[in-house]
Amino acid sequence: MADIDISSLSVVSAQDALRRGDFTSVELTQAVLDAIAAKDGAIGAYLTVDADGALAGAAEADARRRAGEDRDLLGIPVAMKDIFNVKGQPCTCASRILEGYVAPFDATVVARLRAEGAIPCGRVNMDEFAMGASTEHSAFQVTRNPVAPDRVPGGSSGGSAAAVAGGLALASLGTDTGGSIRQPASFCGCVGLKPSYGRVSRYGVTAFASSLDQVGPIARDVEDAAILLQAIAGADPHDQTCLDRPVPDYRAALAGASVEGLRIGVPKEYFVEGTDPQVMALVRAAIDKAAAAGARVEEISLPHTEYAIAVYYIVATAEASANLARFDGVRYGRREVGPDGSLQSLYDLSRTHGFGPEVKRRILLGTWVLSSGYYDAYYNRALKVRTLVRRDFEAAFAKVDPVAPTPAFKLDSTVNDPLQAYLCDAFTVPANLAGLCGVSIPCGRTADLGLPVGLQILCPPFEEPRLLRIARAMETLL
Amino acid sequence: MTTAAPARSGLDVAHICALAHFDLPPEEQAKFQKELAPIVAYVNKLSELDLTGIEPTQYGQPVANVLREDVVEPSLDRETVLRNAPDASETEFRMPRIVE
Repeated sequence: MADIDISSLSVVSAQDALRRGDFTSVELTQAVLDAIAAKDGAIGAYLTVDADGALAGAAEADARRRAGEDRDLLGIPVAMKDIFNVKGQPCTCASRILEGYVAPFDATVVARLRAEGAIPCGRVNMDEFAMGASTEHSAFQVTRNPVAPDRVPGGSSGGSAAAVAGGLALASLGTDTGGSIRQPASFCGCVGLKPSYGRVSRYGVTAFASSLDQVGPIARDVEDAAILLQAIAGADPHDQTCLDRPVPDYRAALAGASVEGLRIGVPKEYFVEGTDPQVMALVRAAIDKAAAAGARVEEISLPHTEYAIAVYYIVATAEASANLARFDGVRYGRREVGPDGSLQSLYDLSRTHGFGPEVKRRILLGTWVLSSGYYDAYYNRALKVRTLVRRDFEAAFAKVDPVAPTPAFKLDSTVNDPLQAYLCDAFTVPANLAGLCGVSIPCGRTADLGLPVGLQILCPPFEEPRLLRIARAMETLL
Repeated sequence: MTTAAPARSGLDVAHICALAHFDLPPEEQAKFQKELAPIVAYVNKLSELDLTGIEPTQYGQPVANVLREDVVEPSLDRETVLRNAPDASETEFRMPRIVE
């Protein structure tokens, strides 16, 4: 059997090898399982590994290939954030409240990956219900950053990024509600793509904030991300917010990508004091390099940036408080009944002991902003400011495509004060509020500790081809 | 201004716990009360803005009345779904009695 090094293998190079017959999908999948067995003890990316299901899927993919099928993802194992329903597998969202749940169906993105021949090989860690930016809010385990094991991998899709960066998967899927794909990709030195709102179906993806959530890939390079997006994008009768618009050929859009002629906007509100100076320096250097290679660079203003966090933590928690009302101990998950045996005690105790502290904090905030006497003053007001954030981008896109650091403030660590933790999302949440597509690509490492830094690129809704072209051009340049 | 500034600034955790179906001991309620206070103070910055005439943005993309063909499709298999229930009969979820 071929000796396969997962840590240096992209989806494209693995597929080339599968096509040439260098190895089979069963051998590739076994190599992924072996890598997980050997290395994940120290990283903690996977919550559950479906070895039998993955090998069966690989055997099926090999059979499809022998029958003449040829697809970019045929026979490629993909790690799944624990938020996607994969039929017959657990789906805990890293929460005690869903312990024991077995998904009775495939999420649309999972069904589409399977149709393309990809193999869901295991479920990776996350912040509970995707609420957090470090994966420390998982109820089950710590995930370490493979690049710097004493650091967090970011979050909430921290397991998805750590699996790719740690050589435990070729690629993975995550979700992004306020930066949860782009930020962990940045922390772990991967490419993380958040598609436009409405580009990818959310059916079967446990909802956090329904007007902000999107599914997207974390991968080793821009081309792999494009291939995964190709597989999962497009209208779905099970999700009416997933728009019926044509799905362009994303990989073809990368051909001949060049920095020359790009119009790069540098939002002055994203280059402010408080952000790690090393992050700033690396992002500035990337922009300077683009300018030297023929890109037009100009400073722009997104004046309502300073309000985005306040809007986000009202809108996202309000939607979360409604979405998480379904976890009530009745139909699935944890149930606990008090001594009086009442229905009230069933609701209260199942939820109180099932949800962790960060989820409770956000449900409390969201319940409050929707409650009588506060709805207009907070929730309605936030929706109006959301309009202003969206208009800022519309005005900017008339001239440029914004480029900025991915994380704000702290680069590496965990923040114990909840408000300070929320403020770290300042550069990623605006894209979700405005429904934009965005990507984070690696743009170097810090001189002192060698920590990866991400460059974030934003484009208007449904302009993924443009986004990927710019990302590819910058990737080649950097 | 079309929307009022916050009428009251208080987030009463005990009251919100009842709405959210949480049964928290007093010391945990006090902890959340303390943690949420600066967050509430922070989001109050939205009251700085004059929002006269600004329409709310509720959805990620503007869509309206997306309908599918009215064709019957099989739904999830009942037996499989009930297997996830903490307590169920062969055909139904089982709950504490709510009427005498």
